[in-house]
Amino acid sequence: MFQLAWLVPIFPLLAFALVVLWANPNKKLSHSLVIGGVAISWVLSWWIAIASFLKGSALAEEPYHLMVNWIPIGENNVIKMGVAVDPVTAVMLFMVSFVLLMIFIYSVGYMNYGTPEVDPRYSRFFAYISLFGAGMLGLVVADNLIMLFIFWEIMGLCSYLLIGFWFEKKYPDPKRITPKQAGLKAFLTTRIGDVIMYSGMMLLFARTRSLTFSDIFTEHNLKMLASTTVTLPILGTVPWATVIAMLIFGGAVGKSAQFPLHVWLPDAMEGPTPVSALIHAATMVSAGVYLIIRMYPLFHSAQVFAGAGQQLWLVASIGAFTALFAASIAVAQDDIKRVLAYSTISQLGYMFAALGIGAYVAAVFHLIIHAFFKSLLFLGSGSVIHGMEHGHHHALHAHGEHGHEEFFDANDMMNMGGLKDKMPITFWTFLMGTLALAGVFPWAGFFSKDEILGDAFAHGHWWVYGTLALAAFLTAFYMGREIFLTFFGDPRTEAAQHAPESPKSMTWPLIGLAFFATLGGFAGFPGHSWIGGFIGANAERIGLEIEHLPVNIALLALSLTIALLGLFVAWLIYGRKPLRAGQVDPLTAMGPVYTVLKNKYYVDEFYQIVIIRPTVWLSKFLYGFDDRWFIDPIVDGVGAFGRWLADGLRRFFDEPIVDGAVNGTAWLSVRFGGVLRVIQTGEVQNYLLVIGLTILMLLGFYLYL
Amino acid sequence: MISMYWYLLVAAALFSIGFYGAMARKNAIAILMGIELMLNAVNLNLITFWRYVKPSNPAGQIFAVFVLTVAAAEAAVGLAIVIAIYRTRDTVNVEDLNLLKG
Repeated sequence: MFQLAWLVPIFPLLAFALVVLWANPNKKLSHSLVIGGVAISWVLSWWIAIASFLKGSALAEEPYHLMVNWIPIGENNVIKMGVAVDPVTAVMLFMVSFVLLMIFIYSVGYMNYGTPEVDPRYSRFFAYISLFGAGMLGLVVADNLIMLFIFWEIMGLCSYLLIGFWFEKKYPDPKRITPKQAGLKAFLTTRIGDVIMYSGMMLLFARTRSLTFSDIFTEHNLKMLASTTVTLPILGTVPWATVIAMLIFGGAVGKSAQFPLHVWLPDAMEGPTPVSALIHAATMVSAGVYLIIRMYPLFHSAQVFAGAGQQLWLVASIGAFTALFAASIAVAQDDIKRVLAYSTISQLGYMFAALGIGAYVAAVFHLIIHAFFKSLLFLGSGSVIHGMEHGHHHALHAHGEHGHEEFFDANDMMNMGGLKDKMPITFWTFLMGTLALAGVFPWAGFFSKDEILGDAFAHGHWWVYGTLALAAFLTAFYMGREIFLTFFGDPRTEAAQHAPESPKSMTWPLIGLAFFATLGGFAGFPGHSWIGGFIGANAERIGLEIEHLPVNIALLALSLTIALLGLFVAWLIYGRKPLRAGQVDPLTAMGPVYTVLKNKYYVDEFYQIVIIRPTVWLSKFLYGFDDRWFIDPIVDGVGAFGRWLADGLRRFFDEPIVDGAVNGTAWLSVRFGGVLRVIQTGEVQNYLLVIGLTILMLLGFYLYL
Repeated sequence: MISMYWYLLVAAALFSIGFYGAMARKNAIAILMGIELMLNAVNLNLITFWRYVKPSNPAGQIFAVFVLTVAAAEAAVGLAIVIAIYRTRDTVNVEDLNLLKG
């Protein structure tokens, strides 16, 4: 069964090719091909995953591995391509394929298939998400860094294409970012991370002569990387392992939107909601975490072999900081998707913090569980937005107005309210997702988040614990705020009043994901953690010791209390007396604090001034240098000189001398001919006369000489 | 018998007259007549030399018959050409036939 692992990314890739090259005009065929492709991958993935689960920890010892030679380098080295299935891959496949399938089915309804409002580029959307799915699945089964990077970049491309999918959309407010700009922003920001990561990869290759994971992570190589050092200007003498690990972490910072490269993710909400769910909840941003999980032996090596742990400290710090940073911003956002976007950034911070403190199993567990409930929340918000847009249309037509007179933001929570009666399935599944994210027992998030917190507490990382606990409180609070603003109270606008429940193609995936969001946590029940055993075996294989911590009931109770407290405070402010239309958010009472949070700590503005403006200035300057003042004039000057020289040669040499000689010869021939022409009179008798005279002359010579 | 030279003299005279006619006459037919005269002069020469040098050799007579035949044929062809020229050019004046003038 594992032999078919390499096929898993092929089917969505094939579907992409078929839709782009052939099925594009036919919407039904396009979405059927794409959903079919991902469904086949889902079946394969679950088969492989369940086979892996049954194999249990034995898989960790002997992961499945298949390699082919690809590019030969030099004399006796070759870059290999291959797939590997180990416990981490198995759970990732389980999650990714299922979430992809749910989101793809959801997209049929979201892009309004079968209605007059169907998106005109419907087929292209499906082609893109299919390529995206292929990218993520390929990344998960990759057994070497190059293949991982290729699929990483495919996902980067798709994020650009999909975020900017509605590239013609414009807003009346010039400050608001358009989808076209957001797509570029996402691509360029992750690119920065990618360049850093690539340099790390190249350094790794230079030291270890291979990029296949099983080759890099031999004990010999790890020891070598951890002990050989390099002297850098600011950091001093550091082991190679640290340098490479930090660089590769740079790539993860970009892709997983950690501070300072987090700026692209909230603006990426301009893309269609299935895209947000795909990219920013379940798959692409998790790729960064997955990368660190895969490269964990490298990160761990310095600690093990050299007693130095800077890279892990860096990972944990950035993770914990981002978790709190993003959670605080989410509190003040009005756009339903942006709250979730910052929530994603925050939760990814949790995962990085977990990795930083050595909680390998907890990070993997939280990654999987987060994917389920976050994509559920995103799809739920998409369902809400979809309903709001329909309600808005309905309201406009009811009033007999033509077209859209003023811009209506269907994402703005201040326009919502009372949707729990209008959209019941959406409400209940969203509630499941909220409880999972907030970390309320027995929803899945409780178990996964608590494992991280428990690990931090048990190992004495107080700062990390404190930051993450505070972030957990804020998480519960902003999710409570979101639910109360969106679903409770009375509808604040006409659009909310007329919002219908979404079609089945959208609500069934919500139910499917809600199932895992609710019950998934039991895979990691403290004390009897199946996932602890399964992934733990993998951790042991790579040299990380897993301690089975005693179950700390007090800590669990504390986490639950924090979550419930957050929800309670949200209820106090937003639930007890739900906001009415036109009423301003009570949090504005916090004054300047609220303004800073709402403006995302002005990070975007800072980047604009410090980085973007100088870069644009430099570009303009170089353009002037190259095309206007310097380089081009020189080139043109050389050309002009050539022309001047040619002209002179023509006038003083070619025409008088060369042409003169040729023409002169011809003139001479003509004159000569003219002279001789006189003989040709055309009269036969003249010729006869000449003959006669000649004979006489000859006779004369013959007879007398 | 009279001396051979009288016959040769007559032949030479005829030849000269014929040559002058061929060169100096404007009418194409008159030039042909001059050419005929030249040919006949040559014939006379041939017969003279045959009769006075070696009468037993029939070669002289045969040669003369050849020349006569050729003269006749050539006169016929020449006249045909003159007629063709007349038909196209409407003239037999050789001064007007100078298309080959360079």
